[in-house]
Amino acid sequence: MKELIVCSGKGGTGKTSVAAALAALALQDTPAVLADCDVDAADLHLVVPPLRTEEFPFTGGHLAVIDPEVCAACGQCYELCRFDAIARVEGPEGPSYRVDPLHCEGCGVCVHFCPTEAIAFPRAVNGVWFRSDTAGQTLFHARLTPGQENSGKLVTLVREKAREEARDTGAQLMLVDGPPGIGCPTTAAITGSDLVLAVTEPGVSGWHDLERLIKLTRHFDVPLAVCINKADINPDFSARIEQECRQRRVPLVGRIPFDQAITLAQLQGCSVVEMEPGPAAEALHDVWKQTLKLLTEDTE
Amino acid sequence: MILTIASGKGGTGKTTVAVNLARLACERGMHVHFCDCDVEEPNAHLFLHPDLTMRRTVQLPLPVVDQDECDHCGACADICQFNAIAALPRQTVVFPELCHSCSGCWLVCPRQAIDQGLRTLGVVESGHSSSLAFTRGLLEVGETQVPPVIEAVKETPGAVDLVIRDAPPGATCPTVASLSGSDFVLLVTEPTPFGLHDLKVAITLVRDLGLPFAVTINRDGSGDDRVRDYCRDENVKLLPGLPFSRDAAELISRGQLLIDHAPDLRHALDQLLDAVLANQEVKSS
Repeated sequence: MKELIVCSGKGGTGKTSVAAALAALALQDTPAVLADCDVDAADLHLVVPPLRTEEFPFTGGHLAVIDPEVCAACGQCYELCRFDAIARVEGPEGPSYRVDPLHCEGCGVCVHFCPTEAIAFPRAVNGVWFRSDTAGQTLFHARLTPGQENSGKLVTLVREKAREEARDTGAQLMLVDGPPGIGCPTTAAITGSDLVLAVTEPGVSGWHDLERLIKLTRHFDVPLAVCINKADINPDFSARIEQECRQRRVPLVGRIPFDQAITLAQLQGCSVVEMEPGPAAEALHDVWKQTLKLLTEDTE
Repeated sequence: MILTIASGKGGTGKTTVAVNLARLACERGMHVHFCDCDVEEPNAHLFLHPDLTMRRTVQLPLPVVDQDECDHCGACADICQFNAIAALPRQTVVFPELCHSCSGCWLVCPRQAIDQGLRTLGVVESGHSSSLAFTRGLLEVGETQVPPVIEAVKETPGAVDLVIRDAPPGATCPTVASLSGSDFVLLVTEPTPFGLHDLKVAITLVRDLGLPFAVTINRDGSGDDRVRDYCRDENVKLLPGLPFSRDAAELISRGQLLIDHAPDLRHALDQLLDAVLANQEVKSS
């Protein structure tokens, strides 16, 4: 089984549209399991529509809760918290303290050192994860409660569930829609995978962010391939990205032209390769072929 | 006024809106400080070309175990919620990439065998682009602790008329860090299913944080009316948007400002800035 992660560095380059197209193309070639690891803005299910969904709670970590009845208002927690998550409220009878859940990292330092044991430490429900049946593939996705911690843990959980499913069903491919950026969720999504496919766009921002993603994949020693979306928006810059990739020995697996059909497909809730044939769909067939070749070459 | 430009979905045009509004406000004679809070993938400097003259590193404490002093009792591993320290029979090992620098391990160690070392999370750079003050954060590649770098960016501006923060996409800790303390949030979206889905996530977050906000639609005309309908039904304030234009995409790809090269988009951005500032005046009066 091979694990392919579609990433981008910069957001909005067309990562999810490319992932949905590859998922549709995989249907004809190889049994695959899908996972959406962009857990704070999960959109893959909008273009790979679920027919049936099971929902499970995600408990990522703990949350400190001060019991005002037991609290002696000594201020120890306020002094110790390194995340500014303890709010001090001045009142007529002196200060009182409460936890700001949006800033609490769940480290438990306040819980441990509270002299009156006034701080409870329940498991926090940080979101939900889903196992969905789509037409022919199983999709694992999630929704992190907005503002919650532990996005990296949820990414890891979604990946693990998809991996188990692939193992149990004998699927040959796990196709993952990754998060943007290069922080905690991206690190959790790419480590130990077989190939990262970076979707970039020609321009100063696209290249700047891709360069940082290239460094990240090198840092974690994960193979990388690149495809350029909206390549004809700035052909000179596309050529520059191609050259930069060649210099770094990063394979280029395709150029996708700017095509309104990608937006139209999204409006219809499907991928562009399921629409009338057009320039973007044609290019994506090529991206899929090249990517599959890289994934299988790797085995030999 | 601290104005934060945010969005749930990436690539909706946050940076485009932020850099153009900042420059427009400068042209109107306002003292503006631009803060690029997207420290994982900062892009604003590519459009504003600041002369970055100041630089400081952002560091956090990291446990360093004195193996001679340590008797491997495991108290540090017990308190650590992030599995960042493991007490093996003959060695206590720290995993820096998992550490949140909460201080639990060195506070709890009965033999004071844990010292505070330092890890570098990234850098904060400041300077000017003509009259515009500029600060950006840059996360070290391979680092995962993003919010402290954002906090360091937020600390930089002095007294100015307008601080514009360019927030990272998403709705987790980095976005929360960028939004906290804002006077007004402008959510940039696009008129598509992805745009709407992620806008709803962003709205939930800014409402949880109790921040006043409004929405602007970028690339208006490229999709359909679902965002507009949603904003109307949910009583979400919609400010002037930017029309879809392939020319705009080409200008942006070259790192150019829309206000300098596309008169119609300059007009739209002027109206958007008017609306944002008027909103603030209504609030403060």
